[in-house]
Amino acid sequence: MRWIWIDKFLEFNSGKSAVSLKNVTLAEEHLHDHFPGFPVMPECLMIEAMAQTAGILCGEARNFEEKVILAKIRKAVFFHFVRPGDTIILHAEIESIAPEAASTVGKIMRGETLIAEISLMFSHIDNNISGLEFPEENFVFTDMFNSLLTGFVDEKSKTEQP
Amino acid sequence: MAMSRDDIYTEVEEVLIDALGLDDDEVTPEATLMGDLGAESIDFLDIVFRLEKSFDVKIPREELFPAENLISNPEYIDNGKVTEKGLEVFKEQMPHTDFSGFAADPDINKIADLFTVNSVVNFIELKLK
Repeated sequence: MRWIWIDKFLEFNSGKSAVSLKNVTLAEEHLHDHFPGFPVMPECLMIEAMAQTAGILCGEARNFEEKVILAKIRKAVFFHFVRPGDTIILHAEIESIAPEAASTVGKIMRGETLIAEISLMFSHIDNNISGLEFPEENFVFTDMFNSLLTGFVDEKSKTEQP
Repeated sequence: MAMSRDDIYTEVEEVLIDALGLDDDEVTPEATLMGDLGAESIDFLDIVFRLEKSFDVKIPREELFPAENLISNPEYIDNGKVTEKGLEVFKEQMPHTDFSGFAADPDINKIADLFTVNSVVNFIELKLK
């Protein structure tokens, strides 16, 4: 099983930027404990949602050939709580991308309200951690992630058919 | 107009403060990135990305921090020390680095100490020439 913290993409500009959406609902069980009587979306999960948005963006930019792993939170500042019933929009942009790594900047909005600013760094682990071997298959980008991109990215380019 | 060394230093200082989450007074010219400022491997890439943006230059990572590739070559390392040949290659590939202290005792464990704030400033200065 894998926790997916975005519901869908709204925009996807290959190699440049992506916008995703998440609906927050009281059906998410962790909100009952975080906190009892005052449910708010945990900030760490907002970081994870941004990491998924930006990580898919970085992975697609290199045709999902890299295993893209969140390596560093460069910045995470939160301005408001996110409550059940809220829809948050995650904007991610690639700042730099190189064979070994990528950096992204991003913000989370609720309507016109700025909720958070989150900048991340991703490592392309096969090119970056010498001496360690990783499985051949790309365990980062599973079918569940790919299905989020349906309609945004040319299917042919993903499967490398002629 | 060319940037003065002081301007470059100020900009590098800002990059390091942002990349490593430092306080304003922690960066000194002699500070080592790993030992004194707590940089880890992914931070080096972060620093490279931020320098590229700040100074509008392209920096292949192995140019600024080439030691990683060099120490995997057995010709350059013998019994935990950098060989004379290795030292020559290091000096050639890292003209921005001060080897004066290192040459006396070229222990590979001390390679990390070569990456100082000054070496980054030197690198940018050479790059902008």
